Amino acid sequence: MLKIRDLRVAVEDKEILKGINLEVNAGEVHAIMGPNGSGKSTLAQVLAGRETYQVTSGEVLYEGKDLLKMPPEERAREGIFLAFQYPIEIPGISNSYFLKAALNAIRKHKGLEELDAMEFLTLAKQKLKIVEMDPSFLNRPVNEGFSGGEKKRNEIFQMAILEPKLAILDETDSGLDIDALKIVANGINKLRSKDNAIILVTHYQRLLNYVIPDYVHVLFDGRIIKSGGKELALELEEKGYDWIKEEVETVRS
Amino acid sequence: MRVTKNQEWYLSNFQAFEKNLDGDQASPIHKIRKTAISRFVELGFPTIHDEEWKYTDVSPIVERTFKPTFAEAEAARWLLPLTIQAIRRFTLEETGYHRIVFVNGYYSRELSYPHPLAKDVQIGSLATVIEKDPTTLTRYLSVGVGFPSSYEDNGFTALNTAFIRDGAFVYIPDGVIVEVPIHLLFVGIGDSEAASVDKAPPLSQPRNLIITGKNSQVALIESYVSPTHSSYFTNTITEVVIGENSVVDYYKLQYESLEAFHIGTVQVRQGRSSNFSSHSLSFGGKLVRNNITVVFEAEGGECTLNGLYVVADRQHVDNHTMIDHAKPHCTSNELYKGILDGKSRGVFNGKILVRPNAQKTNAHQTNKNLLLSDEALIDTKPQLEIFANDVKCSHGATIGQLEEDPIFYLRSRGVDREMARTILTYAFASDIISRIKLEAVRTDIDRRLLSRFGK
Repeated sequence: MLKIRDLRVAVEDKEILKGINLEVNAGEVHAIMGPNGSGKSTLAQVLAGRETYQVTSGEVLYEGKDLLKMPPEERAREGIFLAFQYPIEIPGISNSYFLKAALNAIRKHKGLEELDAMEFLTLAKQKLKIVEMDPSFLNRPVNEGFSGGEKKRNEIFQMAILEPKLAILDETDSGLDIDALKIVANGINKLRSKDNAIILVTHYQRLLNYVIPDYVHVLFDGRIIKSGGKELALELEEKGYDWIKEEVETVRS
Repeated sequence: MRVTKNQEWYLSNFQAFEKNLDGDQASPIHKIRKTAISRFVELGFPTIHDEEWKYTDVSPIVERTFKPTFAEAEAARWLLPLTIQAIRRFTLEETGYHRIVFVNGYYSRELSYPHPLAKDVQIGSLATVIEKDPTTLTRYLSVGVGFPSSYEDNGFTALNTAFIRDGAFVYIPDGVIVEVPIHLLFVGIGDSEAASVDKAPPLSQPRNLIITGKNSQVALIESYVSPTHSSYFTNTITEVVIGENSVVDYYKLQYESLEAFHIGTVQVRQGRSSNFSSHSLSFGGKLVRNNITVVFEAEGGECTLNGLYVVADRQHVDNHTMIDHAKPHCTSNELYKGILDGKSRGVFNGKILVRPNAQKTNAHQTNKNLLLSDEALIDTKPQLEIFANDVKCSHGATIGQLEEDPIFYLRSRGVDREMARTILTYAFASDIISRIKLEAVRTDIDRRLLSRFGK
């Protein structure tokens, strides 16, 4: 589904990603872990099409197509979804208006009928249950006045409505209390299927107790320095990142 | 004193107007008209050297010759091709609103649709009042020194006053709640281009007077519209006199033709513990100036001024607001928002005056602007003059552009850039829209906004 080859990305001439290689297939859940500043969020944003980053070399193929040539909206319509680390507040626009516009843009692209207000409402109410939110949530302005947990749940709710093929969740677990974390994890698990893939970008191992990944990658200083199964996450939790840094430095020297 | 050709033109029109008045020349109103025309000839139109007109150059109005409409017969000429179908898109639902229509400043019985009225309520044409009860009228018209609708220091108001002949007259007696909102629809229409070669485009000067008694309540909508793209000039004055403990919900919807000129003055005098809310929405016109002045003439008054101006291309819109806290214990809240695209220009000048004895005043003012192009321009000027010491006053102004973060957020959900900008522009205006209490007005504005940005 997704093939990243030697991806290098810079912001204002500072190189952040220094050659990323990653392959993600349908049905897989990949966790990308790493300390602050390692480039995790940059990778997530670049995959979603953020234009503030310059891709200096490498390629990204999504279902065989050159992803980097697509504008963000086209990526979304083709099935890519980014759950933002810091969801954006849009005062004056209700959650339902926002999501209906998004869903219909995607449906139109797929050649499906657009949903009218009533059809959308029925769908939205059903999906709200996944994140255990009240229907009043739909009438609130997008993320405005939401608690941190509500914002993260709103991202998962959007994912549930838009049904992406490839979901990239950027620190969706950060800052959540255990109840909210369980709700979010449960939401992710419900949306997991053999036809779609999920990339979990996370700073902590905690989420991985609830969403079991197939692969864990460690991102450090713009490179994936170690990959493994779910045990790697536990090892990281126990020993911290320093252990890996040392191991890598030993190999390099 | 030098009298310009322009002033001579309006003076000679006044003389023609006078001849046309028949018996009306003996009326006390006519004394006011005559004083006003002399004052106009002295003043002329303002220039950018006048502090109040620094950012709005009215020379496009001065350079053109407009023909004041001064007879029903003349207005009827413009009325002829006009049917209710032609103005249907500007009317609000018939069953829920009184509709009082004016064509180029004159009342049109054919196009109006008033509902039955409670005893002693009057909604209709000022011309009738001039004819039947001019003395009462002179008592209410605030033409004296110190009022913004005075002819003393402004050429536009002097010119309007000189040609007082028709407009809307609304009188709500004590204790009456008018359940059906009143829609005053001012239609401006000039000749089609082919016919206008040798004719000056029309100048309509409605003079509206709204009077409410004690403990009364009314909702009023004034809309200024045009069914064609013709050129004309509207120079309008509305005076609102609010009785003690009364509630007035007022709307001004300015949807003039993009070739039209609009100078409008609204003057509000609030009685004790009265409540006035105004929603001014300015979308049309080539050159537009909206003045609104609210004077708290007694204690305990409350006023809310909301405004939204949306302009593009080379439109110019100027909003001048003034709240005169002349008495203690009054509250004013003001929020004006502007959306400017193309090479348009906007002006916001918000003055709050708190007089020395007006203790316990609460006055808050905000002006926010969204510039959609690099060439749009806004001049915003809050002006607080506070002479009392126990008051709460604040003001703030912002000018910004659409931010990239929300645009990217929307795009990452599948919405294209253009639609994302439309949604965010609408979102910017939404708090003004949501404050509109009348549903038909809110729906109408929603539709206009979305069609404006959703191209």
